[in-house]
Amino acid sequence: MKKKLLKQPTFILGAIITSVMMLLTFIGFLYTPYDPTKMDSSSKLAGCSLAHLMGCDNFGRDIFSRVLQGMGNTFLIAIATVTIGVGCGILLGAFTGYFGGWLDEVLMRINDVIFAFPSILLALVFISIFGTGKYNVVFALGIAFIPSFARIVRSEFIKYKDMDYVKSARLAGVSDFRIIFVHILPNTTTVLLSSIMIGFNNAVLAEAGMSYLGIGVQPPDASLGSMLSEAQSYLFSAPNYAIFPGLMIILLVLGFSLLADSLKAR
Amino acid sequence: MTKRRSRFFNVLFVSMLLTLTIALGGCAGDKEAEDSSQVATTSATEAENSGTSHITIGIPQDLDSLDPNIATAAGTQEILFNVYEGLYKPDVDGNLIPAVASDCAISEDGKVYTFTLRDGVKFHNGNPVTVEDVVYSMNKCADDGTGQPLVSAFSNVESVEATDDKTVVITLIEENKDFLAILSATETCIVPADVEDLETTPVGTGPYKIVSRSLQENVELEKFDEYWGEPANIEEVTIKILADADSILMNLQGGAVDLVERVTSTQASELGDQFNVLEGSMNLVQALYLNNAVEPFNNEKVRQALSYAINKQEILDFVADGKGTPIASSMFPAFGKYYMEELNDVYTNDVDKAKELLAEAGYPDGFTFTIRVPSNYQQHVDTATVLAEQLKQIGVTANIELIEWQTWLDDVYKQKNYEATIVGLDASTLTAGAMLKRFTSTAHNNFTNYNNTDYDKAYESALVAKTDEEATQYYKECEKILCETAANVYIQDLVQFVAINKKYAGYEFYPFYVMDIAKLYAVE
Repeated sequence: MKKKLLKQPTFILGAIITSVMMLLTFIGFLYTPYDPTKMDSSSKLAGCSLAHLMGCDNFGRDIFSRVLQGMGNTFLIAIATVTIGVGCGILLGAFTGYFGGWLDEVLMRINDVIFAFPSILLALVFISIFGTGKYNVVFALGIAFIPSFARIVRSEFIKYKDMDYVKSARLAGVSDFRIIFVHILPNTTTVLLSSIMIGFNNAVLAEAGMSYLGIGVQPPDASLGSMLSEAQSYLFSAPNYAIFPGLMIILLVLGFSLLADSLKAR
Repeated sequence: MTKRRSRFFNVLFVSMLLTLTIALGGCAGDKEAEDSSQVATTSATEAENSGTSHITIGIPQDLDSLDPNIATAAGTQEILFNVYEGLYKPDVDGNLIPAVASDCAISEDGKVYTFTLRDGVKFHNGNPVTVEDVVYSMNKCADDGTGQPLVSAFSNVESVEATDDKTVVITLIEENKDFLAILSATETCIVPADVEDLETTPVGTGPYKIVSRSLQENVELEKFDEYWGEPANIEEVTIKILADADSILMNLQGGAVDLVERVTSTQASELGDQFNVLEGSMNLVQALYLNNAVEPFNNEKVRQALSYAINKQEILDFVADGKGTPIASSMFPAFGKYYMEELNDVYTNDVDKAKELLAEAGYPDGFTFTIRVPSNYQQHVDTATVLAEQLKQIGVTANIELIEWQTWLDDVYKQKNYEATIVGLDASTLTAGAMLKRFTSTAHNNFTNYNNTDYDKAYESALVAKTDEEATQYYKECEKILCETAANVYIQDLVQFVAINKKYAGYEFYPFYVMDIAKLYAVE
């Protein structure tokens, strides 16, 4: 039933969208047509033009430049979040899944408790204790993301730990540590990869949500979510202000979803 | 069959989970707006059916207390103005008119105030106002229970006595020409002696009484039928808290709110035909308030550098399409007598001069600091954004941290835990002291930690001055010191745009931070 990835239209579409978005994001790190915080009173809420591809916001700042900067911020936060989630999730899931026992029970019940709350809610609690800001958002979301990854990894480990090749490795005297990371972990990549992509999507949405609520990226810096929140007041007089950041969120998430889908279907 | 059913339940379960997540997550604000817009429309229709009039007013922050002696926020006092009254109260021009008292005789030496109570003034609980209540209220201002005066001017009160059941005599130690104005503030209002906790059972004499309150949600007011003066026009008022600045527009357009006192110029232009937008002045001093006790703001040259670095006209252009009045000290134009327009020339926008001063102060490469701004005031957030951009020109990096209003009150105003903040300070009474006293080194509300002996001396002299002219002279001296030592980076008296649904009219601008709900009426 394996299909070649390159023959799947969803994969091709996803790859194209994602690479364009990645390209834009990386361009944003190096170059923006204008300084994303530079204000200009003469171009307040200007519409789309050649000079300002996506128009200008209420401070006369170039929306295209801000979208580029915002994508960078959103992207970095999402990556950092997923890294924390995946890193801790793999460790937790691998050890609990492989060794089992009472530690497994305790950790997984704690996991269930954390899992029972929506991640945004958890992150909000974290933020209200430790304060607003980019880095706190990363930690808050990262912690909230650990349980789902831990679960996925754990179930994979349970599946593999009694397989013959693991048993023979154990008989040959290979250390548990090596079995976990060298023998079993590589076999989980397919499942892990698609859940990382879905996790990345969730992280993008969560960051946008947090910044929309005003607790993520602080002004004058931009993120896609904070731009949406600022644009809300100008929905009628300057719809382009909201449309472009929104569009970017959609495309970013769509690209990764398509990729994750086709990876899963493989 | 069973398989299909279980699949149905799965779908149901997942969709329930989804709904829950969405409800708990980011969409909470919008959902709330929808819900309350439904509530508002139903209650409006109910009101139409039963013939009672109703208005919903949006305010950006919850009331910090319903007890007038505890409430500190300007946004609280502007609402409590409708609920509580003092012996005197200000009218729309800022003149003092008798309220709970019908008359006041002041002795030759200005030390003895003899108040005659007005006949037939009743509290919201139906009891008549007696001299005991007046004496009780005045004593409460003079002693907060620990021997300290609740209202600082009352440290000057020698005695409060009821001479008969219509007359109260207040004797001062020293003459104070502003005393009547102080008595007209919300914090010195007349409250019943037999009510222990005004926080839970607010009882005043004003045209509106408080019926109910849900924290962070709303406050319900109802017309007080036995009000002594001109009765209010609208019978039921809902004060709705719109802590999210972005939701103001949706609430107005969706019909959930009929009146918002302070919208930004862009919000005003988005509103459309069903609203009138009135333009006035907010009567406050918006400034980048600096914590004078922390580095680097304990250095006068740094503060002056910031004052030279900012371009007020540009801020006005961005925040309110060029409307508003630039100011340079802690006084706004509505105070005709004390306001000094000439101070605006002290700091002109001069980036080179600012850099020079910074270098002299030992910061040739600038520095980094954080501005904590209450996120519910869009005007202040916008100002902070523009300001931060302007300060980049002199190498100073200003990070902006948006905080909630309650955090601002606790952390910034009370704990003084901040480097810089942008807010507007208003005057609770039309006295110079209301704007200037807080910068004396001993003032309990000196949240900027400003400490200047010359200033303290000038303020003292103003208090004991023999004539009004002399006092005014000293107050002006105070303003000048504040300006020249750049106590804070003074920015502007903001333009005020009042958005009011065309179904209502009668909004009046007061020369200070007050909303007179009783004058509003429904059109038709």
